[in-house]
Amino acid sequence: MKRAFLLLATMLASPAAAQTVAITGGTVAIGDGSAPVEGGTVVIANGRVLAAGRGVAVPAGAQVIDATGKWVSAGVVSALSDISLVDADGVQESNDAGARNSPFKAAIDVSLGVNPAAVKVANERLGGVTRAIVTPSAEGSIFAGQGAVIDLGADPDAVTRPRAFQFVELGESGGKLAGGSRPAAYALLRDAFAQAQDFRRNPAAFDGRSRDALVTRSDADALLRVLDGQVPLLVHVERAADIRNVLALTRDYPKLKLVLVGVTEGWLVARDIAAAKVPVIAAALADLPANFENLAATESNVGRLRAAGVPVGLASTGASGGDHVLRQFAGNLVAIARVPGATGLDWGQAFASITSAPAEAIGMGGEIGSLRAGRRADVVIWDGDPLELSSVPVATWIDGVSQPMRSRQSELRDRYLTPVEGALPKAYERR
Amino acid sequence: MNSDRARRVLLSAALIALPLSACATTADKPATATKKAPPVRYAHDPYPSTYRPYPGAPTLVRNVTIFDGEGGRIDGGAVLFADGKVVAVGQTLDAPAGATVIDGQGKFVTPGIVDIHSHLGDYPTPSVQAHSDGNEATGPITADVWAEHSVWPQDPGFGRALANGGVTTLQILPGSANLMGGRSVVLKNVYARTMQAMKFPGAPYGLKMACGENPKRVYGSKNREPSTRMGNVAVDRQTWAKAATYKRKWDKYEAEGGDPPERDIGMDTLRGVLSGEIMVQNHCYRADEMAIVLDMAKEFGYKVTAFHHAVEAYKIADLLKASGTCAAVWADWYGFKMESYDGIGENLAILDHAGACAMIHSDDENGIQRLNQEVAKALSSARHSGIQISDAAAWKWLSIGPAKALGIDAQTGSLKPGKMADVVLWNGNPFSVYTRPEKVWVDGAMLYDATDPKRRPVSDFELGQPGSGDVK
Repeated sequence: MKRAFLLLATMLASPAAAQTVAITGGTVAIGDGSAPVEGGTVVIANGRVLAAGRGVAVPAGAQVIDATGKWVSAGVVSALSDISLVDADGVQESNDAGARNSPFKAAIDVSLGVNPAAVKVANERLGGVTRAIVTPSAEGSIFAGQGAVIDLGADPDAVTRPRAFQFVELGESGGKLAGGSRPAAYALLRDAFAQAQDFRRNPAAFDGRSRDALVTRSDADALLRVLDGQVPLLVHVERAADIRNVLALTRDYPKLKLVLVGVTEGWLVARDIAAAKVPVIAAALADLPANFENLAATESNVGRLRAAGVPVGLASTGASGGDHVLRQFAGNLVAIARVPGATGLDWGQAFASITSAPAEAIGMGGEIGSLRAGRRADVVIWDGDPLELSSVPVATWIDGVSQPMRSRQSELRDRYLTPVEGALPKAYERR
Repeated sequence: MNSDRARRVLLSAALIALPLSACATTADKPATATKKAPPVRYAHDPYPSTYRPYPGAPTLVRNVTIFDGEGGRIDGGAVLFADGKVVAVGQTLDAPAGATVIDGQGKFVTPGIVDIHSHLGDYPTPSVQAHSDGNEATGPITADVWAEHSVWPQDPGFGRALANGGVTTLQILPGSANLMGGRSVVLKNVYARTMQAMKFPGAPYGLKMACGENPKRVYGSKNREPSTRMGNVAVDRQTWAKAATYKRKWDKYEAEGGDPPERDIGMDTLRGVLSGEIMVQNHCYRADEMAIVLDMAKEFGYKVTAFHHAVEAYKIADLLKASGTCAAVWADWYGFKMESYDGIGENLAILDHAGACAMIHSDDENGIQRLNQEVAKALSSARHSGIQISDAAAWKWLSIGPAKALGIDAQTGSLKPGKMADVVLWNGNPFSVYTRPEKVWVDGAMLYDATDPKRRPVSDFELGQPGSGDVK
């Protein structure tokens, strides 16, 4: 691990990212919703995608990588992840995702908890995940704080965009956090917005520092960015009625850039969501009435939303197998398209739901999430269909930089492929 | 105190000083003069299964790829079942008169999936506090509780596991808050009005045990033993020592009769373990802790049937093989707590390669809907690390493996003639992410059909609610 890190540091100092690379002959999945194209070419240079698709010319002097028989795709974007904030979720000492006892709420800037060396970063990079929309968890308030976009590259410079959005709970857990009911959560939200506006009108007169202040000055500052539409507001709700209430917020706060998160009953109000032009980041396969706000849950939710014209990205939230399970989620949405009565996605839409769709939901589709020209060069070569369970990445670039294909998990695997000790204890076996 | 009891207590070196008067009474009436009452065994099956298979048509699925569940594969083969049982599996079979014939072109037939680790019914959805019935977390030893007494047969999760997952049999376990969490129950995945009507006929009971972080955290936070891993083992050993005494008393009574010893419902369960009647299903993550548990089992003369979760089982595949103990694992879960930090996707592969008994499990109301995919991921990890396992062999992790570890492999878990016709027809290779169950039969009765909304279960809870009867 340490050695890999040193190697990387050298690579960063070198002009590796500037190198023009042409990956030829593979099946190319751009990630923009289009169908994969066979025999395509992807060209990257200076950390960005120059071109991708069929009939793309290989620039003179480019390093050519033959991907015949393989797939070449945009890297997976893990939406609503806690990766890099956490070493092991249940180990409280290692977990920076939430701050139950902090006096600060909306102000919390999760980018300062990002640890690029967390072991899950390399583990999940080996599963094809190249970016994550890192999200704080709401523990002390309905406001979780400001999330960040990061890359999973093997380098210290992980944060692509800090303070990229605000996250708020307005469903069942919002009610609980607000003191016991959904109406209390709305009262809290509206009061917080009102206080933020007070702060703007007269900062000198704003309390915000006393023990009783519900909104600190820095919370107010963070909320003004939300009210002004400078950053999206991600709202976690599941129930159809809650979704309608959230969509109605824009009547009073017209500049809000809403993104709905969770949304298991979204299909019941799909037309309303589409009319409001609000994107969704959904729990892909939630099909159980996990609580009274998820009664209408079905795996067809995403497909029905999409069919109604709602852009939908998938959330990796709660995936005990790690962020890489997103591609399994997406594959399942293709699978149910063949189940009578169910609504799934076609392959291109499904792949977009774990690449460009989450990026676009938070307004970063121009930067990440696809192989369209000009995007950051996050490219994965797979030994098969990236949504299929039998496939794995064989090469990965992030920001145009070739990534090491090892992680702590591969170290453990190699140490124990033969479980019995050899001439020395296992502690002496390493690459 | 009558004379028999007094005499037995004196003979048994047991520990409480008897009143002198009792001794005197005994001396007056020699024991030989009293005839012992014949022994009465307590009920070992007081909540018996009332499960009855539903009727099914004799069915021939032909021109289909078959994984028989024991490692066999037939391409373009045929499966015939009738009267609830598998009749034959072969390359070509003739349809008996009146049989339903299904052409399986491009499709696969497998045994129904057996999940050895589920909490459906005990932690049902909706997951409200009122439904939290899986951990009797009021003491570290609750061998007296039986998971079946918490099972809510209306859990919507049963239907999802059937229709989306092809699961036909599942073991419901108590949670892992306690060192000895109570008895498990094995269910057929068929909705019923009562728990008893779901019980797998004749399945042995299991005892759920747990090592590691959960018991020590739960009781450490209450400032009582166990608060450490050594405390876990200490409380276990003390309990096994008591159980050995209890067993000795009851064995003697059941052999010789007389006054019955005092009943202890929890000790009944431990006696069942020590006499080999109840199988130990042991939640344990770390390799070093599993090794200690194996020694504890030797010390007290019981067998650990399977370690569950067993995230580090790959590190001791040889020890597990030597002790004949299975590992029931996830495909790729890791990093969600300290003791899962070393989880790797090759766990199943390394275990299998070393010749140890291994299988998949869910422990999750969502994961149980995709166990075939979990095995597909484990297969991919195997093959990418140079361990070759065939698709047909990997199906053992989904049916015959868990059936053996539940003691029901003579009845289900593979497509052998005479076994229960627990059968899934998949609309493609079940190790592809693009495949779903098309039809599921339990004991030959078709209980899910993707092409027929009337063969889609809707539990009482979901009836009349938003989305009732929808595809799920």
